Amino acid sequence: MTATPHKVACVEIGGIPIALSTCDQRFLDLLRQRYDGFLSSSPPEFELEFDLTDARAASDDDVRVRRQDDEWLIERGDFNARWNPRTGRGRVRQNANPYSLDSVLRILHSLILAERGGFLLHAASAICDTRAYLFSGVSGAGKTTMTRLAPSGITLLTDEISYVRPAAEGYAAFGTPFAGELAKAGENCAAPVSALFFLEQGPENRIDELSSAEAVRRLMRNILFFAEDKTLVEKLLATACDFVARVPIRRLTFYPDARVWDLVRNFDRRFEHNLARNFQGVPEHA
Amino acid sequence: MPENCIYIARSSAIAARALAGEMMVMNAADSTFFTLNEVATAIFQAADGHTPLTEIVRDRVCEQFEVDPVQAQADAEQFVAELSSHGILLVSNQPLAAEAP
Repeated sequence: MTATPHKVACVEIGGIPIALSTCDQRFLDLLRQRYDGFLSSSPPEFELEFDLTDARAASDDDVRVRRQDDEWLIERGDFNARWNPRTGRGRVRQNANPYSLDSVLRILHSLILAERGGFLLHAASAICDTRAYLFSGVSGAGKTTMTRLAPSGITLLTDEISYVRPAAEGYAAFGTPFAGELAKAGENCAAPVSALFFLEQGPENRIDELSSAEAVRRLMRNILFFAEDKTLVEKLLATACDFVARVPIRRLTFYPDARVWDLVRNFDRRFEHNLARNFQGVPEHA
Repeated sequence: MPENCIYIARSSAIAARALAGEMMVMNAADSTFFTLNEVATAIFQAADGHTPLTEIVRDRVCEQFEVDPVQAQADAEQFVAELSSHGILLVSNQPLAAEAP
């Protein structure tokens, strides 16, 4: 008897190529279709091998991400995974549900990013005039609305999950295939982050400053992070403080029409250095 | 030692960082996130496991903030109970080993 050979697709999100392997041709087709635009020929940094099951388990359970010896254990009703950050290899058991696949990838990226001084943020993001703008908020705050109102010339990175990594000067936002209500993947490109706006809908368009503590508070509440791990939590908190020190963060109240984008485009960057004055030092891992 | 003495210590399973006069605290076990105001931060920072809460309130709260001592003690006990329920602080009627984050 011979083992069925694994077929591999390399998916590169945020500049991090991950090889996804499976024996199942239909599943491979599914992930190639789902991550079209993010498929890569780069040598993978990490590998995930998928064992498909027929079980139809619930996906609404809470996810649990914990460290056991050298491995991360990632468990939810619809999947369980083990991943060793030292070897870069992991194994996932799930059914062929693409939403489970998305969740596994998001959690894996959240672990990788936390180590590297970045994070996944519950936010829409787009590139305007070579700079990236992030729009975060609770469900219904207007993330998808902002992307729908975007004028031509705006490059959509995501309407749901923003990908943020430290860059030479500040932070960069990358496109992701993780779509929200828009049901459309972002463009696979990146740009320096110019500002993060926390969205609220109101009768007029206006931008208000936030205190640095309030900015960190809002940021932490919208970062996707699942790991029960003190060291990683410390890094994440340090990253959030560093991000607030380097990137202007504002409350954007907007009336849902296209004029809000004029406000975003004309956002005055001169405040950028004012925020930084409240902060001393940067995290060791930045 | 008073019979109703309360000792508090910071859990070892949290990450904390001071920012602009406030303390940001995150529980590593469930990712719950808290921000503490100045008074709460003073209590949190003094939670060494061996200083009674009454002493912390007297020395770190009443001496530094304009508050009524009785009200301050009541507020501190409520604050400690809340953070304890989220695993941020450990509470005992015996001295505790310090678990500084």
